[in-house]
Amino acid sequence: MSETTREPDARRLAADARDRVRFEEDALALSDQVYRVARHLVGSREEAEDLMQETYARAFRSWRSFQPGTNLRAWLLRILTNLNIDRGRRQQRSPDMQPLEEGDYFLYNKLEAAGDGTTGEEQVVERLSQNDVVAALSEVPHDFRDVVVLVDIGDFTYADAAQILDIPIGTVMSRLHRGRRILKQAMAEAALGGGAA
Amino acid sequence: MTAYDPCAHCEEVMQPFMDRVLTDAERAEAEAHLDECSYCRKRYRFEESLRVFVRQAVASEPMPVDLKRKLLDLRTPLQ
Repeated sequence: MSETTREPDARRLAADARDRVRFEEDALALSDQVYRVARHLVGSREEAEDLMQETYARAFRSWRSFQPGTNLRAWLLRILTNLNIDRGRRQQRSPDMQPLEEGDYFLYNKLEAAGDGTTGEEQVVERLSQNDVVAALSEVPHDFRDVVVLVDIGDFTYADAAQILDIPIGTVMSRLHRGRRILKQAMAEAALGGGAA
Repeated sequence: MTAYDPCAHCEEVMQPFMDRVLTDAERAEAEAHLDECSYCRKRYRFEESLRVFVRQAVASEPMPVDLKRKLLDLRTPLQ
C-alpha cells in the first residue's frame, strides 16, 4: 500500500478516536444526573449501581449509534430503562393490585387536618421528611414511578419520557397524573401512618 | 347531571397547569379561579412547594465515588 492511501486511513482513525473520546467524556459528565434517575427507578442502591455500569458499558460499545446533536441524557436513559426491563428487575403489579388513588388535594388536606392549626403552605410541606418522600416513591408501582421519576426528578419533557420508555405521549400523561396521585397518597401514609388512606 | 364545581375542576387541571401544558384559554381560566379562590390558591402553593421538596429530597443522595471510578474504568483505552 502506498503512503498516499495510508495517510487518509490514519487521519480517519485518529478522527474516529477523537470522536469516541469526546462521546465518552460527554456521557460521563452526565453520570450524576443519570444516577439520580436510576437510583429511583430501581429498588436499591446496589441495583442502581449495577444498572449504571451495564448502561455505560453498553453506551460505550454502541457509541456510533448515538446521533450527535440529539439528547444524550435521554439516549443514556433509554438504554438504562431497556436494560432494566430486559433483566427482569421489574415486577409489574397486575391492574387490580394498583392502589386506589385519591385526588390531587389529598396530601394537603391530610397534612392540614393533622396539623396544629398553622396552615401556611410551606409549614404544611415541612411536616414531610426526606425519608417520607424516598419511602413513598418506592411504593409507587413501576410503570407509574418510571414516568414520575423521569419528569419530576429527571426534568425530562413528556416527549422525552415517551421516547425513553417507548410509550405514546398520552400514556406518559395519564401515568404521570395517576403516579403523582399515588405518590401523594403514599407520602401521606409515610408521614401520618396507615390511617391516612 | 352534576353541577359544575370550579374547585373540583381546578384540582383536575392543577398538575397540567403546573406542567405548563394547558391551552392559553384553559390556563387563563385556571388563573382566574386561583385569583379568587383562597382554598385552591393555598393548595396550588402547596403543590409548588411540594415539587421542589420532592426533587430536593431524592436528589440529596450523591453517586457513590466508587461507582464513578468504575464508570471511568469502562472508557475505551487509548491506543
